[in-house]
Amino acid sequence: MLKRLRENKAFQGTILAIPTLIFMVGLLIIPLILTAIISFGTRSPDGNVIYGFSLHNYARIFGISSECQNGKSICFDPLYMQILGRSLSLAFNTTVLVILMAYPLSYFIARSHPRRRNTFLFMVLVPLWTNFVIRVYAWMMLLRTQGVINGVIGWVAGLLGLHFVPLEMIYTPGAVLVGMIYEFLPFMILPIFTSLEKIETPLYEAAADLGANPFRTFLRVTLPLSMPGVVAGTILVFIPVMGTFIVSDLLGGKQVILVGNLIQRQFLDARDPTFGSAASLILMVMTLIVTYFYTRKFGFGEEIISA
Amino acid sequence: MSEFAVELQDVIKQFPTPEGGQVFAVNHVSMQIKNGEFFSMLGSSGCGKTTSLRMIAGFEWPTEGEVVIAGTPQGHTPPFKRPVNTVFQSYALFQHMTVFQNVAFGLEMDHVAKSEVNDRVGKSLDMVQLSGMGKRFPKQLSGGQQQRVALARAIVKTPKVLLLDEPLGALDLKLRKEMQLELKALQQRLGITFVYVTHDQEEALTMSDRIAVMSFGKVLQMGTPVEIYERPNCKFVADFIGTSNFLHGTVKSVENGKASVYIQELDAEVMGLVSGDISVGETAAVSIRPEKIRLSEQSAFNQNCFEGVVSSTTYIGSDTHVYVNVKGNRIKVWEQNKISSLDPKAYYSVGQKVWLTLFPENTLIMADK
Ligand SMILES: Nc1ncnc2c1ncn2[C@@H]1O[C@H](COP(=O)(O)OP(=O)(O)OP(=O)(O)O)[C@@H](O)[C@H]1O
Ligand SMILES: [Mg+2]
Repeated sequence: MLKRLRENKAFQGTILAIPTLIFMVGLLIIPLILTAIISFGTRSPDGNVIYGFSLHNYARIFGISSECQNGKSICFDPLYMQILGRSLSLAFNTTVLVILMAYPLSYFIARSHPRRRNTFLFMVLVPLWTNFVIRVYAWMMLLRTQGVINGVIGWVAGLLGLHFVPLEMIYTPGAVLVGMIYEFLPFMILPIFTSLEKIETPLYEAAADLGANPFRTFLRVTLPLSMPGVVAGTILVFIPVMGTFIVSDLLGGKQVILVGNLIQRQFLDARDPTFGSAASLILMVMTLIVTYFYTRKFGFGEEIISA
Repeated sequence: MSEFAVELQDVIKQFPTPEGGQVFAVNHVSMQIKNGEFFSMLGSSGCGKTTSLRMIAGFEWPTEGEVVIAGTPQGHTPPFKRPVNTVFQSYALFQHMTVFQNVAFGLEMDHVAKSEVNDRVGKSLDMVQLSGMGKRFPKQLSGGQQQRVALARAIVKTPKVLLLDEPLGALDLKLRKEMQLELKALQQRLGITFVYVTHDQEEALTMSDRIAVMSFGKVLQMGTPVEIYERPNCKFVADFIGTSNFLHGTVKSVENGKASVYIQELDAEVMGLVSGDISVGETAAVSIRPEKIRLSEQSAFNQNCFEGVVSSTTYIGSDTHVYVNVKGNRIKVWEQNKISSLDPKAYYSVGQKVWLTLFPENTLIMADK
């Protein structure tokens, strides 16, 4: 056994993977199977699960409704599809905006003097020391109708003698977008920074030497070589944005309901775990599909690990 | 058009040090590199070779002075607008591109037509014996092959000047020797001016038309390999290029390109050719190459002839290295083994009394610095 451990690399790997494996099976695979089972059940009147095999939860998400007006027995209710669509487009917008904001900053940090680089990275990470929810609360304070931003603008308007109607910023899709960007920006900056930092100065010089101006150097050298970082960051941002509900809950209120909120409410308010489970699985499958096509096109960002 | 491919006109390059001071990486350097010349910058580590090359390429700008390429002062012209290409020491190949794409990169930047790109890249890869490797990625090549890609990528643009920063530094000795000859042949075939940086004196001597010997940011001597080896203008150059014996003394007379130096330790005057700047009364170095000293068992001349005792010998096949102690000075003599003998006595033995003759025409008197 010890001899095998010493000599067999694959066996060593297996041993090292065991703790994680136990963790994953116990806390991910089994709960996932349970979720699937529950999603095919029916809700009892007192909010418990009656096990069985029924697809009505899924039908409901896809908009097939039996609570119809004008006497029909079946009709289309787009409510849940709208929620899914909203989540998808918000996750997409957030990811794109986060890439656009993170890339230049990462580039700046990667090209800055090594001594200052750590300071900058530290500053990127500082917000993560505060609890996720508290950071969202901070944005509530800023965006509220009686909040800091309106306060400052109102004060300036007052000095100028202008009439100012406070802006309605909170409980809008924009507020949720801002909150998401803020929460997930560091998860894009770090991988992009890592891949940019790996590009050695002589490569930029070689490109310039061969006649590439800075713009073409960026397109032909910098960008392709940093794509692994962008891909890794996208995965780190897109997936959690699809699922999170705190940001939309606090900054979107009843106006901006995402899949995450839907699921949370099914479990806590509506007490329908069967519908909540079905929605969870749909969310998962949707995320998987998007990620699958994305990574098929751009790879997994594995070079960032292997290089 | 200018006669010179590249000129450095009294160039200074200063870098700030972390301690807050300034370091002169290049200190008042002037060079004139002729069209079609294989020009080497040679010097020990940190003497400013790379910095000089980078100023020609445009990666650095001179603190003072001017870089002129083909008659055009470059000022702050960025690298991508200069008619020069560089072969980097680390090769700096684009890992995300194939060999073909790497070589084609420079042509695409110049908007060369696709068919011409294929043609020129193919020719260029042929020239460095990499045809058939175009589809590979740099990671799938050996060090020597990567080096060739770097070379092909730079020559495909047929620049006026090719800059090479220790391009063979990472190769093993055998491959390096091969590549030296290939590079030289390539340079002659293409007629491109090569500016070659190396700290390997043998490499510089083999390949160059002219060499600039640098030390501490300054050019000490510029000349053909023969000039540098046979007429070093100061002790540093004589010592850096090849091997030399040195004696130190006071200049007694200088006349008609010859000088006489009194050497206290030998209590004798040594005659030799003046090489570099010296004047009467100064201390000077007497330099003579080990292969140029004559060893004999009897005194043959009364000038420049000294008695000594063999202190050690090394037989190295073609030569015997004989170390002779002359009144406390250890003198190296390389005797060519012109006869074939199994008798150890034929190769001098320790303790033997010998006479050294330093022929004045082979002996150089130079500044002691
Ligand atoms: N970017 C820089 N910042 C500060 N000092 C520098 C910089 N580049 C070079 N130097 C300094 O300038 C001097 C000359 O450097 P350079 O790289 O030109 O030497 P080199 O002759 O190429 O040496 P080597 O044979 O080791 O490559 C060195 O003392 C070096 O420390
Ligand atoms: Mg160097």
